Amino acid sequence: MVILEDLKKTFNPGTPNENNVFKGLSLKINEGDFITVIGGNGAGKSTLLNLIAGVFPVDSGRIILDDNDITHLPEHKRAAFIGRVFQDPMLGTSPSMTIEENLSLAYSRAKNISLRWGLNLYKQKLFKQHLSKIPLGLESRLKTKVKLLSGGQRQALTLVMATMKKPRLLLLDEHTAALDPKTAIMVNNLTEDIVYKNKITTIMVTHNLEHAIKMGNRLIMMHQGQIVMDIKGEEKSTMTIPRLLNKFEQTQGEKFANDRVMLA
Amino acid sequence: MWQSMILNSLEQGLVFGIMALGVYITFKVLNFADLTVDGSFPLGAAMAASLIVSGHSPFLATLAAFIAGGAAGCLTGILNTKAKISDLLSGILTMTSLYSINLRIMGQPNIPLLNQPTVFSLTRDFLIRFFPGFSDKYLYLFSFVILALLTKILLDTFLKTQLGFALRATGDNPQMIRAQGVNIEFAKIFGVALSNAFVGLSGALVAQYQGFADVGLGIGTVVSGLASVIIGEALLGEKPLFITTLGVLLGSFVYRFSISLVLSFRLAQASDLKLLTAIVVIIALTAPQIKKTIKISS
Repeated sequence: MVILEDLKKTFNPGTPNENNVFKGLSLKINEGDFITVIGGNGAGKSTLLNLIAGVFPVDSGRIILDDNDITHLPEHKRAAFIGRVFQDPMLGTSPSMTIEENLSLAYSRAKNISLRWGLNLYKQKLFKQHLSKIPLGLESRLKTKVKLLSGGQRQALTLVMATMKKPRLLLLDEHTAALDPKTAIMVNNLTEDIVYKNKITTIMVTHNLEHAIKMGNRLIMMHQGQIVMDIKGEEKSTMTIPRLLNKFEQTQGEKFANDRVMLA
Repeated sequence: MWQSMILNSLEQGLVFGIMALGVYITFKVLNFADLTVDGSFPLGAAMAASLIVSGHSPFLATLAAFIAGGAAGCLTGILNTKAKISDLLSGILTMTSLYSINLRIMGQPNIPLLNQPTVFSLTRDFLIRFFPGFSDKYLYLFSFVILALLTKILLDTFLKTQLGFALRATGDNPQMIRAQGVNIEFAKIFGVALSNAFVGLSGALVAQYQGFADVGLGIGTVVSGLASVIIGEALLGEKPLFITTLGVLLGSFVYRFSISLVLSFRLAQASDLKLLTAIVVIIALTAPQIKKTIKISS
């Protein structure tokens, strides 16, 4: 369970570029929730994930994960229980290292790394097993450098890396946005597969309304740093794009229009 | 003439190759432009020479140089990660401070090691006891081959450990490695320290090989190390790690050999060497871009 309590965050305070992203954001994420997050530019979607992951500190408020206050924990320590996949397929992996070397880094994630071998037969067997669950044939290419993989293959690999050791929380930051539609579907299917099979609590930011409605058990819409819609249960499972847009107009009194949001 | 030229270049290539392996760690593995090298190299020489002259064992003196180099690297790493000073400036600050520190350690700008025991003289005494016919001619080559290969194997092994993986990923993609839970500040400090420990070791060996330590020994070290790394890369291309590190030693030999060629054919004066080295590095660094431009325009 994750509790965000009255989070406040202002970028560049006291300058002409001051950007008051969160004026007090609270959210309770239940165990096993798969939340999709949508919202326009500057709504604070990515900032939300970055605050939870500890990329930058909050100004005030608390972040509580399983009864532990992690508000002031540095990013690399939070990695022990938070898995992440980024929008840019280049960001999640180390390009000049091989697939198995990248997986080894994920395997020893947030453990005390030592001078023990990075790879051994046991790990290689384990990595093969994990990779054989995704339909990309990567299990036979363990010694291939990651820079030779396509964007979709890298995102799939990053997803495997983020979930190999079950994280308490998985953060997906528009992780299919940079992929072509077909590959995006493949990565999304893989995401659902992994998340449901392992019952991983997940927050997925997306700009694709269709994905946001289809995936997960809960949909959050953000607008100007606030959660303006929180749809769950039956309402979520029967939601359609027109109804979603309609609801937004009713609650906000303005049209949900944005060039980056894909309506279909 | 050729024979002695090749022998000399091999000796120098190997002993300076240990320094080049250090430069490889920072510039290639960590992606950290570290100029500490110009200070940690003479630091190693100063440390070893002053300890030997004051009667300590040459082996102990060499070990002390290794540790001192590591400490200098630590300082640069801390300046960069904790004080948030850029990598270049951190290295320059350490290098500049080391100039004064090296003078303090030596107490004078130059320490001759004539008639002092060195790791090499001790090795010779040891070998002659078992192989009375051992030729002095190959003493240095023998020692350097062993030391350089040991360093190379140590580095190869290290880069295959969990910590080694973390270091490589830190240079490759810092954001990713943070998300994987690695403290990249620690990884950087460790990497720069290890690099400069190698450099300090190389400095200590060079002082004992040349028979003196001098405060000006370090000028241009980092550029020559970089030249070795680049030449090795150009000769062998992109290969598995253990071949790449072998390439660094090979590059170091080719670099030293080219210098002796240039000097023996009087194509340049000894004082021109730093300029030539810099030009070699500039050409090597710009060649890929020029190639690209030519490809695009044609």
